[in-house]
Amino acid sequence: MNAPTLTGYNFAYLDEQTKRMIRRAILKAIAIPGYQVPFASREMPMPYGWGTGGVQVTASVIGPQDVLKVIDQGSDDTTNAVSIRAFFARTAGVATTTATADATIIQTRHRIPEAPLTDGQILVYQVPIPEPLRFLEPRETETRTMHALEEYGLMHVKLYEDIARHGHIATTYAYPVRVAGRYLMDPSPTPKFDNPKMHMSPALQLFGAGREKRIYAVPPYTRVVSLDFEDHPFEVNRFDKPCALCGAHGVYLDEVVLDDRGGRMFVCSDTDHCGTRQEQGHRGDLSTPREGSAA
Amino acid sequence: MTQDLPLLSVRRLGKSYGARTGCRDVSFDIHAGEVLAVVGESGSGKSTLLNVLSTQLAPTTGEIHYRMRDGVMRDVFALSDAERRFLLRTDWGFVHQDPAQGLRMTVSAGANVGERLMAVGQRHYGHIRHTAVDWLGRVEIDAGRIDDAPRSFSGGMRQRLQIARNLVTHPRLVFMDEPTGGLDVSVQARLLDLLRGLVADLGLSVVIVTHDLAVARLLSHRIMVMRHGTVIETGLTDQVLDDPREPYTQLLVSSVLQV
Amino acid sequence: MAANPAPALALEAVGKTFTMHLQGGLRLPVVHGVTVRVLPGECVVLGGPSGAGKSSLLKIAYGNYRCDEGHVLVREPDEIVDVATAEPRRIIRLRRTTIGYVSQFLRVIPRVPALDVVIQAAVEQGFVPDDAATRARTLLARLNVPERLWTLPPATFSGGEQQRVNIARGFVADHPILLLDEPTASLDARNRAAVVDLIREKKDRGVAILGIFHDEDVRDRVADRIVDVTRFASAA
Repeated sequence: MNAPTLTGYNFAYLDEQTKRMIRRAILKAIAIPGYQVPFASREMPMPYGWGTGGVQVTASVIGPQDVLKVIDQGSDDTTNAVSIRAFFARTAGVATTTATADATIIQTRHRIPEAPLTDGQILVYQVPIPEPLRFLEPRETETRTMHALEEYGLMHVKLYEDIARHGHIATTYAYPVRVAGRYLMDPSPTPKFDNPKMHMSPALQLFGAGREKRIYAVPPYTRVVSLDFEDHPFEVNRFDKPCALCGAHGVYLDEVVLDDRGGRMFVCSDTDHCGTRQEQGHRGDLSTPREGSAA
Repeated sequence: MTQDLPLLSVRRLGKSYGARTGCRDVSFDIHAGEVLAVVGESGSGKSTLLNVLSTQLAPTTGEIHYRMRDGVMRDVFALSDAERRFLLRTDWGFVHQDPAQGLRMTVSAGANVGERLMAVGQRHYGHIRHTAVDWLGRVEIDAGRIDDAPRSFSGGMRQRLQIARNLVTHPRLVFMDEPTGGLDVSVQARLLDLLRGLVADLGLSVVIVTHDLAVARLLSHRIMVMRHGTVIETGLTDQVLDDPREPYTQLLVSSVLQV
Repeated sequence: MAANPAPALALEAVGKTFTMHLQGGLRLPVVHGVTVRVLPGECVVLGGPSGAGKSSLLKIAYGNYRCDEGHVLVREPDEIVDVATAEPRRIIRLRRTTIGYVSQFLRVIPRVPALDVVIQAAVEQGFVPDDAATRARTLLARLNVPERLWTLPPATFSGGEQQRVNIARGFVADHPILLLDEPTASLDARNRAAVVDLIREKKDRGVAILGIFHDEDVRDRVADRIVDVTRFASAA
């Protein structure tokens, strides 16, 4: 998959001084799990909202031997994922992959892969709004004080509102967590389905918010607990049916509209996971017979 | 019993903004269950005083000591930020003239009342909601409005909601800044009556800033008249209003149609 | 009670002068050197024409007006309190436990029903709500306040009805000292008689009463002594 490396750019685009600055922020973030470390976010050759924070983090931790996987909503082949993968292939000349198990660095937008992560892997999240309290408290000075003093009651106000309006906690993504029993953290707009995967994960999890200029981290094997009420405990999203293509249970499914007559199916959001299972021979209700196997 | 220790003890308190004086040399004690009205016209320094008392402004001079729930008198400006903020949302209350300042206008009435409970660690939705319903009832807001945002409430209801939001943690000391200020006269009367009942039932200590002598008469035990940043007359409320001694107080009392 | 000669309430050399700053500092001397002592079970009536300072003296005794000269000594079981110099919160406690005051006018609180107005007064002095309610009902009945009015706020009552609620409020508790400022002013003969009975019962229970009664008939039926206030008039 290696494309020819661009000349005229430093390895992985960013200059070494910038990488050093970002690495310092990352080290600090790892030292204080869940704490948002300000950093001097650079202009990147892509618009804000396209993962500039994640790209800067990846650029600062990636080395020539790394193997990079990039997913957008679980998919390796959407525009955002393809272009970021191509960006690093060309500016760093690193190997890329779509296989979760083969990757050393996985940059992600809005998902955690279904395959369990392992020691030594780094998961880099693209984060739009790093401050979980922003919803109710617009003043940055106040939210910083609230973090400093561990005043997190306000987060429960939001969950209370959910239950009051919907009868249950209706927040389904960017579901707030407490990290290592201390900092309140926004896990980025991943579905709450993925929250349990963050807990005690062997992988290093780094979060980059380019526009908001914040980096935070969850070191390997760190407690990550989703907030809830005693009488409304945290629950992950549940799906009535397995994946229509690979028949997987217990995975996060996306709804796919099939036609203009209301036809739809639910399929794995993690395309690598789904494809791997299909290759292994797993089948769902709507999977088409494989070429050559049909009568 | 620590009955005879004051709850709040203020000594030679002053706040100046450069050369301009907000308030100066203010000293008083408040005991449990006492209601002190601070009266005066706009610019008399009463709002500055309230903001310093409630630690939202740092004083230029003087001290404030508060008897914490463990009975120990503490210098409120020597408390850590964490302790001070905890005090502000548990043992103290602050009722703003404009309820929008004291409420979260975008979240429901129930969440507004429940916030302080969640802030002190309550994590049972059912219990929080039950307490919220109870408090809405005590401030005469129909329980059916619990999931409505205060945006849809009238001024009087908002003010009552703000009061419930403050009282839910059973504070011992509540600061009030012209709580009936922006309300119609009939709505004022209802609110005053409600406040009067709650203050008596809960044994609250209150510092209430008002320019309305009728409010002071109805709610307070003692009165402090301020002018140009200083306290010019103080005493039993009915004594100061019925037998004012200072020229300015006499003017203030005589300027009111009927109190 | 008569065996105890110590006064429950003693005004000692009390003097009062109003200074009207809005009238260029005009000084209005009201009284000077007033000494009146009231024993338990005694009813002392202040006499003299309007403007002699009778009401002012009651208000000074209650702490409502400042006492410029002298002392107002109130006897409590454990101590004697000087109203002239006591802290506000001490005076508030005195009013709760020891000194009751019935003015000519009921200062109504919006929305509170007549019965509750009276009950509250008893509760404030320490009666449990049930006893307070019983006492309040008995008093309102004796003062001929129609029962249909009890649950209504007194703001809309006639002057006489309001006054009777006011009297009920003043008499419902067991204050050892009562200050009465023309309690019968706007009452008819039947209700005046009811008030006279109430005052006599208070006296029988050892309550010290200092009062103003313009109605000579009432005055003669309750007064043990009449003190003419004109002899204390200040030399201007």
